[in-house]
Amino acid sequence: MPDSPRPALNSDAQPVAHLDLKARLLVWGVLLLLALSAGYVLYARGAFERKQSLVLVADNSEGVVVGMDLTFAGFPIGQVNRIELSEQGNARIVVDVPVKDAHWLRESSVFTMESGLVGAPRIRAFTGVLDGPLLPDGAVRKLLSGDASAEIPRLIASVRDLIANLTSMTAGESPLNNTLRNVQTTTENLNGPRGALGVVMGDDKDARKKIATTLDRTNSLLARLDGLVLRADGLALKADGLVGKADAQVFGDAGVMKETRATVTQLNGLLGEARGSLKKVDALLDEAQGIAGNAREATTDLGSLRAEVEASLRKVEHLINEVNRKWPFARDTEIKLP
Amino acid sequence: MPIKPTLPLSTNPWLRTLLVWWGGWRQVIHFGAQIMVLSLSPSSYRRVQRHRIVQAMYQATMPMLASFTVISAIVALVVIRIVLATALSYGLTRYALDVLVRTLVLELIPLSAALFAALRYAMPAGEPVRMMRLRGQFESLLSAGHDPTRDTVLPQAAAGMFAVITLAAVSSAITLVLAYLSVYGFSTWGLAAFTRTVGHVFNPVIVLIFGLKTLFLSLAVAIIPMVPTPPESQLGGGQGNADITRLARLLAVVLLIEMVSLVGNYY
Repeated sequence: MPDSPRPALNSDAQPVAHLDLKARLLVWGVLLLLALSAGYVLYARGAFERKQSLVLVADNSEGVVVGMDLTFAGFPIGQVNRIELSEQGNARIVVDVPVKDAHWLRESSVFTMESGLVGAPRIRAFTGVLDGPLLPDGAVRKLLSGDASAEIPRLIASVRDLIANLTSMTAGESPLNNTLRNVQTTTENLNGPRGALGVVMGDDKDARKKIATTLDRTNSLLARLDGLVLRADGLALKADGLVGKADAQVFGDAGVMKETRATVTQLNGLLGEARGSLKKVDALLDEAQGIAGNAREATTDLGSLRAEVEASLRKVEHLINEVNRKWPFARDTEIKLP
Repeated sequence: MPIKPTLPLSTNPWLRTLLVWWGGWRQVIHFGAQIMVLSLSPSSYRRVQRHRIVQAMYQATMPMLASFTVISAIVALVVIRIVLATALSYGLTRYALDVLVRTLVLELIPLSAALFAALRYAMPAGEPVRMMRLRGQFESLLSAGHDPTRDTVLPQAAAGMFAVITLAAVSSAITLVLAYLSVYGFSTWGLAAFTRTVGHVFNPVIVLIFGLKTLFLSLAVAIIPMVPTPPESQLGGGQGNADITRLARLLAVVLLIEMVSLVGNYY
């Protein structure tokens, strides 16, 4: 290709050393930057991470947009991927949750959508039991929605009632105002010359009468208390005498304690004698045991003797049989044993 | 491309103005289409041609890369501080990063990169091409067996486009870093949240519109300064307020692209 004449552009510029190399470096650098940017955006969009889906069913999807975050404890753990209308007329909000964050969602998790006065609604997940079974892929859960603006009319009605109550409480003849006036009067009485007693007793004349009556009754009560104390002293003296007599009866020379001690000594002697009798009984039992042993041996000997007698009888029977065989004509076959 | 020296005359001044206006824009559209066809043609990237294009890109971009990067970083830092302070005072800090990315990266930086490249490179560099067209050198070169559009205009247009894209890409990356540092400081604990916010903003539609907007802005910056305005064509030279007319034409196209992108992004 023949070289075409170049335009006069940059004809006065200084030639750049290693222009071709620098130009190639610049182009490849920019291409690398663009590729890295694209890769970063893909990474930020979650193109390289595994996800599981979660379907939230709500009565109303107003305010929910694709890309909205699902948060757990304030941290985004998922994004709304799709919003569709179900056969039952509910909104199905399909949320993509990265597998690495899915462990925050359990079978017992609760999902809420809160609409504030400002900004888009927020979808939140609450998990009370973190040890429960994991939420499976494609799980369908109810989305509980709370609307702050829906609370406004009720809030205003409550505030109106509150203000009405406050107005009636602070009115001129309201019970609260009367109470406060009474408190003020009481405080003035307390600060007055009669002080707290006047507050308690009320009218001045009545107070004097009541105080005099109270003092009289107190004096008579004290007099009766003196009599009671004197009688108690007499009783105490009698109790002292009674205690002395009981001491003599129990611990005196002819008291119960001494006789008891002698009885115990006699009992000890009786016990010693009983112990001796028991020893004699033991000796008797030993002897009886020896007799029983001898009887057992005698019984054994009787067995052997019986065997020997039986053997002798058999021999005698055999001998008789022999004799009978040798003297078959003998009339008297009876043999008299010694 | 042959340039008609005069437009059809009309007795009605309104009709004449309309015809002149349409003739000017028709030239821009036709020239832009030629450049697009040439840029997609493999014959435009033969060895010698490729070297010319790459060198033109370097010579167009490098002189203004550092200055634009510094200026855009300073402006971005000011805007970031204003947005952060305002968001903090209203308790809306969680929206601050979103606003910054949308405002700076998606809107302001491509626009400012296009205007900077147009003023610093495309407008001065378009002058020789306009002169060649007005003096009929294109026809003489074509008859001599050369293709001035491919050999001269295409590298210059590609350089203008590359300059706009490079300035926008570098400044956007630096602005993102500055925004992160302003919000989270010199630590890495906020990377996950920052990345999530960036991913939240750059959904597929936004990315497509952002890419198309930058491409068309760069195309406008590269093409419009090389096309003579109707008064120049009629008078046969750079007379009168042709530069202002050209700048107004460029600003009108940039404004139109920006409006269309805003409509696409937010409606």
